[in-house]
Amino acid sequence: MTDPTTRPGVGKPRTGDTPTDQPAGNPTEDRPAGQAGETPAQRRERSLGRLGDRKRARLDELARATADPGGVSLYRDALRRLRRNPVAIVGAVIVGLFVLVAIFAPLIAPHDPVQRFDELTRDLTVDSIPGATAGHPFGSDPLGRDFLSRMIHGSRQTLFVGVLATLIGLTLGVLLGAIAGAFGGWVDVVLMRLTDVMLALPSLLLAITLVAMASRSSQWTVIFAVAIVSVPIFARLLRGSMLAQRESDHVLAARALGVKERNIVLRHMLPNSLTAVIVQATLTFAVAILDAAALSFLGLGDPDINRAEWGLMLGVDGQRYFEVRPELAYYPALAIIVVALGFTLLGEAMREAIDPKNRR
Amino acid sequence: MSLLDVRDLSVVFQRRGERPFTAVDQVSFTVEPGQTVGLVGESGCGKSVTSLAVMGLLPKRGNRVTGEVLFEGTDLLKLRPDDLRDRRGRDIGMIFQDPLSSLNPVIPIGVQVAEVLERHRGMDRRKALREARELLDAVGIPDPDRRLTEFPHQISGGMRQRALIAIALACKPRLLIADEPTTALDVTIQAQILTLLKQLVDETGTALIMITHDLGVVAGLCDTVNVLYGGKVVERAARHELFARPRHPYTHGLLNSVPRLDSVRGERLHAIRGSVADNIPWVEGCAFAPRCDNVVDACLDGPPPLEPTASGGDLRCNNPVSEEVAVP
Repeated sequence: MTDPTTRPGVGKPRTGDTPTDQPAGNPTEDRPAGQAGETPAQRRERSLGRLGDRKRARLDELARATADPGGVSLYRDALRRLRRNPVAIVGAVIVGLFVLVAIFAPLIAPHDPVQRFDELTRDLTVDSIPGATAGHPFGSDPLGRDFLSRMIHGSRQTLFVGVLATLIGLTLGVLLGAIAGAFGGWVDVVLMRLTDVMLALPSLLLAITLVAMASRSSQWTVIFAVAIVSVPIFARLLRGSMLAQRESDHVLAARALGVKERNIVLRHMLPNSLTAVIVQATLTFAVAILDAAALSFLGLGDPDINRAEWGLMLGVDGQRYFEVRPELAYYPALAIIVVALGFTLLGEAMREAIDPKNRR
Repeated sequence: MSLLDVRDLSVVFQRRGERPFTAVDQVSFTVEPGQTVGLVGESGCGKSVTSLAVMGLLPKRGNRVTGEVLFEGTDLLKLRPDDLRDRRGRDIGMIFQDPLSSLNPVIPIGVQVAEVLERHRGMDRRKALREARELLDAVGIPDPDRRLTEFPHQISGGMRQRALIAIALACKPRLLIADEPTTALDVTIQAQILTLLKQLVDETGTALIMITHDLGVVAGLCDTVNVLYGGKVVERAARHELFARPRHPYTHGLLNSVPRLDSVRGERLHAIRGSVADNIPWVEGCAFAPRCDNVVDACLDGPPPLEPTASGGDLRCNNPVSEEVAVP
């Protein structure tokens, strides 16, 4: 405790006429209990009374100056530490900009992303795609649409896929992990062998298989495939920390108080196990974006050619016309890299901030 | 009827492919209402396992608990898990050794105190929090309104242990088990916590089982003391009797090894030979025999019986110490 109100002798120098000034320890905290039968409130009244008015006023003043609004939770504390970390700032700025662009895409984009412009299609041939012009700073895509507008609208798709895939994966993973960790025994064994099977397959290969299994590809198959791939990671992570929590002292203490098993799992084990999962969610976001882009790149994504999607733009337009207009590949690739990097940086910084070992 | 009557409690840890290990070996003791009973012994003598077995908190697998734990006549070992859960925290409270790790780090103190009130006394959250404030005040936590919303890592070690005591006493249990409640604390805070415990136990009439390896704690608090060695009670005596006339060589050695202010300068501290590892199984003889200064042949012929002594205690020794030692 460095709280000045609880440190002795800050107020004014000790004088001989205040014998109740505790010789050791501090005035407000951990005072030895006095005679039995007195309530602590009475005790406090009496000892404060002898402290003298000046000292009491000084203590009140100090208390006001150092008053904190109450509890600082683990998460608020982590947030504070996050704000001081430059890596986190960079990550947060990238993520923030990306989210803003995605939300306000129709306002930012200069043109309609699906409209084909006459001035662009006029010069469009197989070996010449118009570059930057006054109205179209990034030039045209192979179908004569405004490339910049498509890039901007592509962010929406990326965000949509990333958020949904991560959320679905998180929900399923937490569910499985919590069940395995809470019940233990054969439930745990069965669920964990299932996750083992899923983890044994390379994630992209598993995602491709899942998408290929769907009769008709849509953006939902992509989202679902990417989500499923992340489920075993979340389940493993949560199950591990749930098992550790199960052995912890405070869970034993809760048991000793007769807390119901359901409450022990939901109120004591789960909240303490979630930190690692929350961090993993941020990192999974980056992976989900990359996986979704990879699926589109491989032609397994949404078949709708009007929808702007970075992976698709990179795979179909960028690759096919790389020798004609390499920018068609550069821009989407760069966008994917930067956004994935942003989420990774933020995730790593969160991992550091939330790690209890770094707490003061 | 005694409040708690532990009869022939044994705990055997059994792992597949390993020799079973008897952690607690036919331990019997009683606790009368309002009485403070000490369980004393060094690490690994079965103190904590005894307390966990009484509370039914040992893991379900890997151990075998036999004997009887009669709490007001009901055998806790035979209760259904749900009934036992209803009693834990309401009839029997428990305080653990490490106050930081025994509190849930992500829940404010107030909610943790309130939880037990909601659980056992059916209060709603608002009422429970008001009661929690009173409880924190009663255990001498300053500024309880603020502490209610604070998290365990924000308050000092002494305050955490006070909060744990508040939680354990929230439902006014008739028995409180304190498992080394002061080991993780500074010496000054230790004294305060012990004074607080004594005061609360006196005020509420709660019986207390004090588990400790600290003879100073025993001297200040306990009415009756059970000395454990190798999972068995080797000596039981009233506090003054034990400190004035320890009969068992182990107790004697423990008391002799306490540093004293009036000892001659430069004199070496008395120590008990060997370590806990140097024991023999009780079936073959006295487990303390390899370390004992008073060992006789009979000590290796099987376990000595626990026999009543003239002064009202019990003793498990073939060749007890007769000399008196000054109370340290």
